[in-house]
Amino acid sequence: MKPHPKSLSKGEGLENPASLSKGEGRGEANQQTLIPHLFRTEFGKITAVLCKLFGFAHVEVAEDIAGEAFLSAMESWPYKGIPENPTAWLYAVAKNKAKNHLHRHQLFTDKVMPNIDTTDTVSLEIDLSDTHIADSQLQMLFAICHPAIAAEAQIGLALRILCGFGIDEIANAFLSNKETINKRLFRAKEKLRSEQVAIMFPPPAEIDKRLETVLTTLYLLYNEGYYSESKDSVLREDLCVEAMRLTTLLMGNIRTNQPNVNALYALMCFHSSRFAARKGLEGELVLYDDQDETLWNQGLITRGAFHLHQASQGEHLSKYHLEAGIAYWHTQKTDAPEKWENILQLYNRLLQIAYSPVAALNRTYALAKVKGNAAAITEAEKLGLTGNHFYYTLLGELYRDIDITIAKKHFETALTLSKTLADRQTIQKKLDAFDAF
Amino acid sequence: MDEYLLIMRHEDGTRIASPEQMQAWMKQTMDWIGGIAAQNKFVNGTGLPMDGAKIVHHGGLVTNGPFGDIKETIGGFITVRADSYEEAAELAKGCPVLQGEGNTVEVRKVAKNDGTH
Repeated sequence: MKPHPKSLSKGEGLENPASLSKGEGRGEANQQTLIPHLFRTEFGKITAVLCKLFGFAHVEVAEDIAGEAFLSAMESWPYKGIPENPTAWLYAVAKNKAKNHLHRHQLFTDKVMPNIDTTDTVSLEIDLSDTHIADSQLQMLFAICHPAIAAEAQIGLALRILCGFGIDEIANAFLSNKETINKRLFRAKEKLRSEQVAIMFPPPAEIDKRLETVLTTLYLLYNEGYYSESKDSVLREDLCVEAMRLTTLLMGNIRTNQPNVNALYALMCFHSSRFAARKGLEGELVLYDDQDETLWNQGLITRGAFHLHQASQGEHLSKYHLEAGIAYWHTQKTDAPEKWENILQLYNRLLQIAYSPVAALNRTYALAKVKGNAAAITEAEKLGLTGNHFYYTLLGELYRDIDITIAKKHFETALTLSKTLADRQTIQKKLDAFDAF
Repeated sequence: MDEYLLIMRHEDGTRIASPEQMQAWMKQTMDWIGGIAAQNKFVNGTGLPMDGAKIVHHGGLVTNGPFGDIKETIGGFITVRADSYEEAAELAKGCPVLQGEGNTVEVRKVAKNDGTH
């Protein structure tokens, strides 16, 4: 018997981004990866449904029951074999455990039962249908991305509750430790309780505003994976896959399938298309110019283009539209004049609505491609980002063909300002290249 | 940091030439504003189309106009962040409007809403 999780959870209903680069992601889980795969996909679903039922005050109970269902699997499957339909098995066990919990804990029953639309625990229906799971997860996403919670904590909660990440993994992703993450999640849950955040869709009048926060969280979650310093490349890719999965959840609901959601998803697709090409043989970062474009994932590029087109409806131009547009042009490797002209104009607009030092530097790079290095140097020197090593890397690049001594000096400054090993390696490579001449 | 209003004035706003020149002018303006935004000094701004413009006079009389051919028509404005008038004027120097002879950019400090002006 060879269970194939894809066919098991066919009801996801939404396209599953699955693996981004190689074929060994969760989409093709085998016996060895079955449990981790199921845990990632089903833990969050069970937790969301139970939490929706019990209320956020009892989120730990929901998490525990979901966790216990997996423990039961571990106790039973090695001896009795893996059931025909592991997902259904887990759901059945989770339902029973939830009912037992309500039975056994009088206090819990007294507090929670009155809010549940039923009279006794025997007839209680725990709905683990695909639609209800999707709805519960979506509502949970809105609850977690409540403006009262700090962005970092929102991401942590989403990873824990919606994506089934372990505390260790979250700590690893944030380059932090278990205690810090535990404390952060604990405080965030307390906050959600004290604010009495309900697990439900925001009212129609509020949905656009709340959606903004949700998108920010998903954007940060994605970036956490894409730009993370964590050495664990599987984990980093998983963060991106999860961010994409949650975004597809939003696109799967008519109320949240908005242009800016599609724009964000398009951005993620375009970025993800380069996942395999970004890492060298020894795990070092391969810069855009040096990437082998045959490794770029054309399927994701096509999918991104589709969603960017979907995003073009409506009046509002979000920063995701502009960033997706920039990312789209980066999927065109050839340096056609219109490529950099378009990128420059997109950055011009992006900076007006969402300034960031990175965007300012990238805009100057595009300007150099359009107007030449001398013009770009004049603009670069106005940026005043003197604490930023990327600033000096850019200046070094721009001076390369103009004045090699100044170029080297800038790269050396960049080296002293850079904080991570990967950055230092990249800069050192550039410096070594000078000496080779 | 204070906010400064850069008001672009045209000597003759009707003298806008071929579509190609308009295209070039538009691109220059976008690059100018992009350069200011890249320094994190852009606040907001807009062009001001002439079509259908109205003037409201004392006593409630409404007339058409201004038309582009009068002197010193306001073509648009942007608000920037700067530490001084000098710095704001430096940002204004890059404005493509100034390529037209007789055109000006007026630099005015925006009053702070703190009762002190």
